[in-house]
Amino acid sequence: MGKTFKPGCKPPTPEVKPKEVEIEEKIIEEGGISMISVGQAAPDFTLNAYHKGEFKQFSLSEFKGKWVLLCFYPGDFTFV
Amino acid sequence: MDVEILSVSVDSIFVHKMWNDNELSKMVDGGVPFPMLSDGGGKVGTMYGVYNEEGGVENRGRFIIDPDGVIQGYEVLTPPVGRNIEETIRQVKAFQLVRESGGTEATPAEWTPGKPTLKPGPDLVGNVWKVWSPKK
Repeated sequence: MGKTFKPGCKPPTPEVKPKEVEIEEKIIEEGGISMISVGQAAPDFTLNAYHKGEFKQFSLSEFKGKWVLLCFYPGDFTFV
Repeated sequence: MDVEILSVSVDSIFVHKMWNDNELSKMVDGGVPFPMLSDGGGKVGTMYGVYNEEGGVENRGRFIIDPDGVIQGYEVLTPPVGRNIEETIRQVKAFQLVRESGGTEATPAEWTPGKPTLKPGPDLVGNVWKVWSPKK
């Protein structure tokens, strides 16, 4: 899963799908309040990643048919 | 347990590589097994309501997404407190069980894998006490 790429000075910019833009606009319109809620579709995204020695690009939609645990954290090399 | 993990922070993929290679691989044999995603600028974090603009980092947001792409549960903590993976695993197992049952079973408070589930229906009304107790 995921598309491998060889990064130059600038890694490829993940394409922003129209759907994402729509959601972002909506968030901005509503004063930064998140539209996320349980029972609703998780917004799709495409991001660059490091995975087992390779640089790859992943989209959430690639994982349809599987359970996904999406974990955000503040930063690499921090303490907690 | 059948679940794909994706981690996300605002760090670049190069920093992810350095963190994995120089620190995490010393804590976990073979290094980080899941993709470490890079959300520079916090665009995706903003979509998920976990981007901390003041600090320019993502809060500790954790989303359980089912095979249809639907968010079944989430938890968000501010940076200084770490998560308890046991509780996350318990929730994933509970959601998987409910889904596999086709919605015929539910898991009561304090449920852990192996414990009895509830089978909601007319017969269960007023009878939960027979099958479930708050005492562990």
